[in-house]
Amino acid sequence: MSEGRFEPRVVVFACNWCSYAGIDLAGTSRIKYPHNVRIVKVMCSGRVNPEMVLKALADGADGVLITGCHPGDCHYISGNYKTMRRYFLLKKLLKQLGLEERVRLEWISASEGERWARVATDFVEHIRRLGPLRLKEVMSSE
Amino acid sequence: MSDVRIGVYVCHCGKNIGGVINPAKVAEFASRLPNVVVSRDYMYMCSSPGQALIEDDIKKYNLNRVIVAACSPRMHEPTFQAVLKRAGLNPWLLQMVNIREHVTWVHEDTPDKAEEKAEELIAAAVARAAHLYEITTEKAPVVKSALVIGGGIAGIRAALDLANAGIKVYLVEKKQSIGGKMAQLDKTFPTLDCSKCILTPLMVDVARHPNIEIYAYSEVVDVSGSAGDFKVKVKLKPTYVDWSKCTGCGLCVEKCPGRAPSEFNEGLGFRKAIYFEFAQAVPRKPVIDPRYCLWFTKGICRVCSKVCPVGAIDYEQKERYVELNVGAIVVAIGYEIYDMSKMVEYGYGKFKNVITGLQLERLSDADGPTKGKILRLSDGKEPKTVAIVLCAGSRDEKHVKYCCRFGCAAALKHVYYIKHSVPDSKVLIFYTDVRAFGKGFEEFYQKVRSWDDVYFIRGRPAEIFEDKDGSLVFDVYDSNTGQLINVKADLVVLESAVVPPKDWEPLRRLLKVSCDPGGFALELHPKLRPFETTADGIFLAGTIQGPKDIPDTVAHAAAAAAAAIGFLLKGYVESVPYLATVNEDLCSGCGLCASVCPYDAITIEEKEGRRVAKVNMIRCKGCGACAATCPSGAMQQNYFTDTQILSEVSTLAGGAK
Ligand SMILES: Cc1cc2nc3c(=O)[nH]c(=O)nc-3n(C[C@H](O)[C@H](O)[C@H](O)COP(=O)(O)OP(=O)(O)OC[C@H]3O[C@@H](n4cnc5c(N)ncnc54)[C@H](O)[C@@H]3O)c2cc1C
Ligand code: FES
Repeated sequence: MSEGRFEPRVVVFACNWCSYAGIDLAGTSRIKYPHNVRIVKVMCSGRVNPEMVLKALADGADGVLITGCHPGDCHYISGNYKTMRRYFLLKKLLKQLGLEERVRLEWISASEGERWARVATDFVEHIRRLGPLRLKEVMSSE
Repeated sequence: MSDVRIGVYVCHCGKNIGGVINPAKVAEFASRLPNVVVSRDYMYMCSSPGQALIEDDIKKYNLNRVIVAACSPRMHEPTFQAVLKRAGLNPWLLQMVNIREHVTWVHEDTPDKAEEKAEELIAAAVARAAHLYEITTEKAPVVKSALVIGGGIAGIRAALDLANAGIKVYLVEKKQSIGGKMAQLDKTFPTLDCSKCILTPLMVDVARHPNIEIYAYSEVVDVSGSAGDFKVKVKLKPTYVDWSKCTGCGLCVEKCPGRAPSEFNEGLGFRKAIYFEFAQAVPRKPVIDPRYCLWFTKGICRVCSKVCPVGAIDYEQKERYVELNVGAIVVAIGYEIYDMSKMVEYGYGKFKNVITGLQLERLSDADGPTKGKILRLSDGKEPKTVAIVLCAGSRDEKHVKYCCRFGCAAALKHVYYIKHSVPDSKVLIFYTDVRAFGKGFEEFYQKVRSWDDVYFIRGRPAEIFEDKDGSLVFDVYDSNTGQLINVKADLVVLESAVVPPKDWEPLRRLLKVSCDPGGFALELHPKLRPFETTADGIFLAGTIQGPKDIPDTVAHAAAAAAAAIGFLLKGYVESVPYLATVNEDLCSGCGLCASVCPYDAITIEEKEGRRVAKVNMIRCKGCGACAATCPSGAMQQNYFTDTQILSEVSTLAGGAK
């Protein structure tokens, strides 16, 4: 791998009950994945609103990953369905801004440490291919 | 709090963190962040000197925020919150940073990047901590009763322990009798004591206990409410027999002309259309199976109704529902054996003389379809050569990945059954490994190995074929000798893999319990809290948490009951700290928050001539959906306010330097 290759910054929202626990499990099982991801814990994926995602991109993140329990498994009954609906609306907005590819929603259960590592690796590589976003620089130079 | 004074504590966790990054350097970095008054590293922050260090600093430096960078908050958040409490600080002024599970355990190969990541996570926590505030919780009383779901040995033990502690117990069992798989076993390894002799007295104790109410032939169909105050809806399936009148005399069963395959005997032999689950059933009350009853299928017969001395037969009976109110729930619905017909190469279901271990238990039982004689199903002859196949479907990528934990010991017991019933037989055991790990198992294994005409062969049969006479032929590659051997056996016994019961999936969704990769219930912590779940007030007993033999099942069930007793006797539950809170000045009373709340915890009320949202503190479970929906920012979630989350996000997005 070449020196000085682009290292994306990825902000991840993870719900406490499934995804955060799954990410912890990757740790306990020593399953490796790229260091580029930064995890923000919320109690439920349904807590994540568009402002949080946009704020991450605006303040320097190259990609945002929202993770929650699989459909039907949300600790709070239906939070992840709300997340899903909100995500499709957000995607429409992001598409107009040309940022659609930078945000993803994934379901990670508490036992899917391995799947989390795959999802994280895949998303980081995807963002690496897209290249840096530099929204922060663009916005501050205007 | 205007003056924010933060203490940062970076843990080495021995080499777990300290072996990858340099905690002293990270602490030094943190000391230069805004509002940080003191920053330290220590070998084991959770140890008592580590805790004392934080406690002393809080007092000495007048800290009002504490950041601990260590393991996952799911591990030690309560530990460090208790430290804050002892030092007189509100526990929600603590912020944990996960630099072990999320950093050093996964980025060992890039220590520089790991260190940079740890620093950024701490910087984000420092930014977030400035916006933390004190949180108080409310207490609600606990209903002193428990629901036990499943009446196998796990459910029986848990119900008895709870009831003996003075707690009212409702035991819901799907089948018409309690007892579970243990009732189907002939003997139990490694001591070979009679399974029913040790089980049935306990079943009777359950039935007689003044604190236990059994709902047999019933299912849980809805669960609402929360820890300490669950509302449970139970469906009582129609039995077509009024159990309150029935004396269990069995005349109806005796006279019934209908016949059906016996589930209790694993499909071997027959039962009547009106039947007891088994002779020692508790409750000992019969059920009519409408699929086989001549009245239901052909409109004739009604013999049972004619002979019943108390008029208990009721063909018109409908399903009924009861509502239970309980403080805690113990899940004990056990396991099922894997459908062996999915392993087409073994011919189960196609060849009569290929049976499962559980079927062998039924053949060996004096009360079973062959009165305890082990015979071939095709011709009723004694099998002279028996092949036992271990790990059938277990430890197999194509079927079930995990170990069943009792197949090996059950196979040793099965050798005994066969040699006992057919002394001049030859028994071949095909194994992958023999795992004789329990107390007394190794001794039992050595004893069985020493018997004449018992052969242990390391290898799995390739494909099993049936001969004209019903015998079975197959090749096995013996990995100990490197030879391919051809086997001809009169009977093949598959020690089958085990899986969670089919109706676990819908039940676990009602209960909000997660599952492991095998589908079994996920415990709160695999080592420290193996009988609790992430759902408060819901406990796990026995094999629903993962395969176990009877001694381990009983120990697990007793532990679950003890945990449930502790929870119920404490007498109260606390509201969650992560409650929704309303800033009434900003609230326009639009009601969007109430519409997304899954718990009906928000109402819109009139206050001083304005409409504002109001949160019910005990109903709210703290998901934050309302806060995410509120268009004005009036609705916030404690510990996860917009400002708190956004400050963290902003730092993580922009980097710390
Ligand atoms: C062939 C074989 C031989 C064995 N031999 C031995 C042995 O010799 N010694 C030993 O220690 N172990 C042995 N075992 C293991 C033993 O069977 C288990 O350890 C034990 O039965 C586990 O008890 P349990 O209560 O967890 O589950 P189960 O016995 O499966 O009981 C679960 C109960 O829950 C009920 N239920 C299921 N779903 C629901 C629902 N949705 N609602 C309400 N009720 C429900 C079931 O009807 C059942 O009554 C053997 C197992 C097999 C397969
Ligand atoms: S708790 Fe995981 S998505 Fe709701």
